[in-house]
Amino acid sequence: MSDEEETQPTDDQKIEIAKWFLLNAPAGEIQYIAKDMKAVLQDETLYTTAAAVAFPLYNKSHMICLDFPDRSGEVMVTPFSEIGENEYVDPRTAQVAVVDHVNQVCRRARPANDEELPTPYIEEYRYALDIEVTKYVSEAYPKGICSVYCVNGKDVEEPGMDFDLVVVISAARLNPQNFCNGSWRSIWNVEFKDEAQFVEVRGTLQVGAHYFEEGNVQLDAKHECKDSTMLMSPEDSAHSVTTIIRHHETEYLNSLQTSYSKLPDATFKDLRRKLPVTRTLFPWHNAAQFSLRRDIQKSLGLEKK
Amino acid sequence: MEAAMGLMRRIPPKHSEAALTALLSLLPHHSADLLSQVDQPLQVLCDVDSGKQFILCEYNRDADSYRSPWSNKYHPPLDDGLYPSQELRKLEVDANDVFMVYLDQSINRYYEGGTSSVYIWEHEDEGFIACFLIKKDGSRTADGRRGYLEEGSWEAIHVIEVVPLEEATARYCLTSSVMLSLTTNDESSGNFNLSGSIRRQMNMDLPVAAGHLCNMGRMIEEMESKLRYSLDQVYFGKTKEMVCTLRPPSEPVQTRLLELISKRRP
Repeated sequence: MSDEEETQPTDDQKIEIAKWFLLNAPAGEIQYIAKDMKAVLQDETLYTTAAAVAFPLYNKSHMICLDFPDRSGEVMVTPFSEIGENEYVDPRTAQVAVVDHVNQVCRRARPANDEELPTPYIEEYRYALDIEVTKYVSEAYPKGICSVYCVNGKDVEEPGMDFDLVVVISAARLNPQNFCNGSWRSIWNVEFKDEAQFVEVRGTLQVGAHYFEEGNVQLDAKHECKDSTMLMSPEDSAHSVTTIIRHHETEYLNSLQTSYSKLPDATFKDLRRKLPVTRTLFPWHNAAQFSLRRDIQKSLGLEKK
Repeated sequence: MEAAMGLMRRIPPKHSEAALTALLSLLPHHSADLLSQVDQPLQVLCDVDSGKQFILCEYNRDADSYRSPWSNKYHPPLDDGLYPSQELRKLEVDANDVFMVYLDQSINRYYEGGTSSVYIWEHEDEGFIACFLIKKDGSRTADGRRGYLEEGSWEAIHVIEVVPLEEATARYCLTSSVMLSLTTNDESSGNFNLSGSIRRQMNMDLPVAAGHLCNMGRMIEEMESKLRYSLDQVYFGKTKEMVCTLRPPSEPVQTRLLELISKRRP
């Protein structure tokens, strides 16, 4: 019937497909997708090639958190903490983790060397912000993790030059037994402008939820915001920036809740009423006996005015 | 095949078309199963004779053409396409008429729009399969008024397998899927997209005396009411619960109050 002569996809195409499925896995679900993808592909080599490319991208995008082998702390796998192939720095413990992306584990850790860490001047700001943000995250998120990195100007030794920090916050709730997973990711770019003596703060917040018991329902929400504050001492700047972050994230959560309260009405008025206009069940029995639509409409009082 | 269904359950619903195409290319031998088990967004065509829209699905497709339930013609025309028997075609015509009225009542009558189609064809022995489809687009620019939704669509597929039993009864096996997609986009809440599908099943043995159409209609109505409840619980309830679990609101008392109030609303 249909075009049965469809050509089989090439190996390259199969790899692209596998990469695509892996990259689009919801938070916490890439290993499940990996298992299903292997079964569908039936080709270990092709899968391995795809996984080698897809996993690092996925891990960085979802900012996964891995324990150091000696449990001395955690490292977040992000585009901002990446300092080499499969190497990620944790400024808090001044260590570099070597990561196995496909298995999502930290293989080993080594102390970071000086070139990989910011200067003492920058570190003052980074450290102060880290303290404030960590406190905020522990209050606002039941299971949140965070980190602060210097992404620009880490060699700046004294006032006189601009530098940029980035704050990342990640929280995930994985409940596969209840068929529900979710994640929150925020990325805050904090730019310290020396000449103008102010700090520009730009945030991207992303929330996702996936429910898959009787089907597949997903929430995908994203928001961008910005703000600014004066450039002050490391501690004062940190306090001010964190207050900004706290404010915007709380506001966003509130507006999400507002969306949720408005949606049922919008859905069930714009799209699909709960009961028929006559507020009784549809008279199927009578309807089946009528041969003309007009008669049905008349009996239901539906005539157009 | 089970792995393929697993993938479809996890891929974001907005990518489900691309995912299905990819799986079909990887698993051509399973194409029949995949096409019948995976819910896809519904498309419509316009019937050349009556100008009315009809919904496209696997159940009215033959090769690359689709049969309209209004004119019974294939679009684009097909030389030796499959058609239901005369008896089933009569049932199909009646079903389309009645279902259209049911749809009118279900969708707010002040708003135009919404398409329904019913397709019926033979199944093993004396049985048949009937497929009832609904498509409604409630976004700003299409059928809906200028409402809250930037983009929104409601689609329902009800497939009933009817098998006659002894003693003038028949068994009706209904599998229903509802696909809902809602997007809002504004200053304070950014881009918000909630979409996906829910599937349910229901079996009933009923006397044929009332007529197949009557039996099927009642089952569908009951199912739609259950699905609407599920939608509320799952789409809104569960995903919202997850958001609040990730980052609990800072005014817990206020939220609880709001939740209580919204639960009481009919």
